[in-house]
Amino acid sequence: MGSVNATAPPSALRNIVPAFRTFAAITGSGFRRYSTYRQATVAGAFTNTVFGFLRTYVLLAVAAGTASGLAGGYDREQLVTFVWAGQGLLAVVALWGSTEIADRIRTGDVASDLLRPVHPITMYLAADLGRAWHAVLTRFVPPVLTGLLFFDVYLPRQWFTAPLFVLSTALAVLLCFACRFLVNAVAYWLTDIRGPMIAWLIGSGVLGGLFFPLRFLPEPLMVAMWVATPFPGMLQTPLDVLVERDAPAMRCGLVALQVVWVVLLLTCCTVVQRRAERRLVIHGG
Amino acid sequence: MSVIEARGLRKEFTVRVKRSRLRREKRIVHAVDGVDLTVERGEMLGYIGPNGAGKSTTLKMMTGVLMPSAGEVRVCGYTPVPQRTKLTRRIGVVFGQRSQLWWDLPLRDSFDLLRHIFRVPAADHASRLRRCRSLLDLDEFLDIPVRQLSLGQRMRGELTAALLHGPEVLFLDEPTIGLDVVSKQAVRSFLTEVGVRGDTTLVLTTHDLADIERLCQRLVVIDHGRVVHDGTIDALHARYGSRRRVVVDLDEPVASYSGAIVEADGRRLVFEVDGSAAAVVARLGGLPGLRDIAILEPDIEDVVARLYKTTTEDAP
Repeated sequence: MGSVNATAPPSALRNIVPAFRTFAAITGSGFRRYSTYRQATVAGAFTNTVFGFLRTYVLLAVAAGTASGLAGGYDREQLVTFVWAGQGLLAVVALWGSTEIADRIRTGDVASDLLRPVHPITMYLAADLGRAWHAVLTRFVPPVLTGLLFFDVYLPRQWFTAPLFVLSTALAVLLCFACRFLVNAVAYWLTDIRGPMIAWLIGSGVLGGLFFPLRFLPEPLMVAMWVATPFPGMLQTPLDVLVERDAPAMRCGLVALQVVWVVLLLTCCTVVQRRAERRLVIHGG
Repeated sequence: MSVIEARGLRKEFTVRVKRSRLRREKRIVHAVDGVDLTVERGEMLGYIGPNGAGKSTTLKMMTGVLMPSAGEVRVCGYTPVPQRTKLTRRIGVVFGQRSQLWWDLPLRDSFDLLRHIFRVPAADHASRLRRCRSLLDLDEFLDIPVRQLSLGQRMRGELTAALLHGPEVLFLDEPTIGLDVVSKQAVRSFLTEVGVRGDTTLVLTTHDLADIERLCQRLVVIDHGRVVHDGTIDALHARYGSRRRVVVDLDEPVASYSGAIVEADGRRLVFEVDGSAAAVVARLGGLPGLRDIAILEPDIEDVVARLYKTTTEDAP
């Protein structure tokens, strides 16, 4: 009674710990891969900082032009924080990402990804989290410090804003990964994904709140975008959480909406990957 | 005990051929057209065929990368595509024209990452890596990012990466493609070492028949998706009547000589013999002005070229 024999199924915990170690090792490799490109990291942080100044002056001019001094319901300090945190988050979520997975599909290198005992999406996701963590340290911090140094920024006033912002940012990273994977996975069917990639770049920039805060749009349109598309969850939601744009309940609701989109899109990724593997063609040797 | 069993394995691809500006015609290409193959544990199998014959497609179906259109295949007791995750722990794969290493990371980091991905105990990993380091001379470039390695160095890294989890079957798809003579020899010596232990089954596709002669006892030739020869290299020679050649160089041309001369070019005579050349050589010993005698083994490349030509002519 109570003895363990050889046929007893392995406990879930025994499997979870090695799985977590594998995931963490792949995440670490993602971090190391990006840390090898130091010049590109510096150039990226510099560019984001320069564009931070441009966007700040444009949005402050918009706010100055209104009778209330508010633009889209944001005051000057909130706009400054929105811009500078956004310039950092842009690299963390990798809104523009890369076509690495599509390139691997096109060249057939994806075959190597399929020959490992880890689901390809889990492997890509773990590596992307490593990339995101590297971006937090190298691409998020410089623009945020620049904003703090040169402008009056809005600092959160409620204690739960910081953890909610961290959670919302983590969800944004997952959401953006899922979207980028789906865009890249088009290569299983089309080979050349330049068209979908351009559509993604424009769509994510406009609807994600990068080019302008979505609050500038008429409310019905804004609500439709927020509920019917995952894009606002990639930038607009974490930034609105950070600047405390809405009441606490509403902020929690927006983060919950992110969760829904994350679950939906990651499921979608799994289905797409499964279908793609069934029709996979790898040319030339 | 069989580690690979394939019955009626087929793979069809649909290609669209342009007929006019607006019209595209669908065409079915039978890349693999009913391959039957059984490979026993510890065998070293050479799998050859002309370009487009279906070698790589067969390997991709056996490793679970491609879904067969029809037929059955089992590798290490698993059905490759649905059970690919389990199968990957039991097999190693090297694609000569692709890389399984991380481009931006040093080899050492790639190997360490593979240890975690395949969940290999640290001691096993260390011992296998030590063996590969010594046999493949990896130490000089272990800390260099993969993108900066030469093709020969990368291929040595690829072989190590494929073996670190102790696979039962090693699939090698053109592992010596593009390599210089020294690197090819290093790869062949290493694979010989792997093969002689008898616990790893090797399936090797190549266009370099020296790989096959050096490594494989059994040769499977595929063309137009079908197996056209399955047996030893000697059996292939016997099938095509390959014979040894005795080449005789003389100081002066001879006017006539009785014997099975296949070529006579002034001071050089070439004879063909079955089996032992001793009798012919003994007879030639009495020739006046004899300068040299050489015995040439049948050339596998000639035989395989004849085989490819025959199957192309027979193809529908």
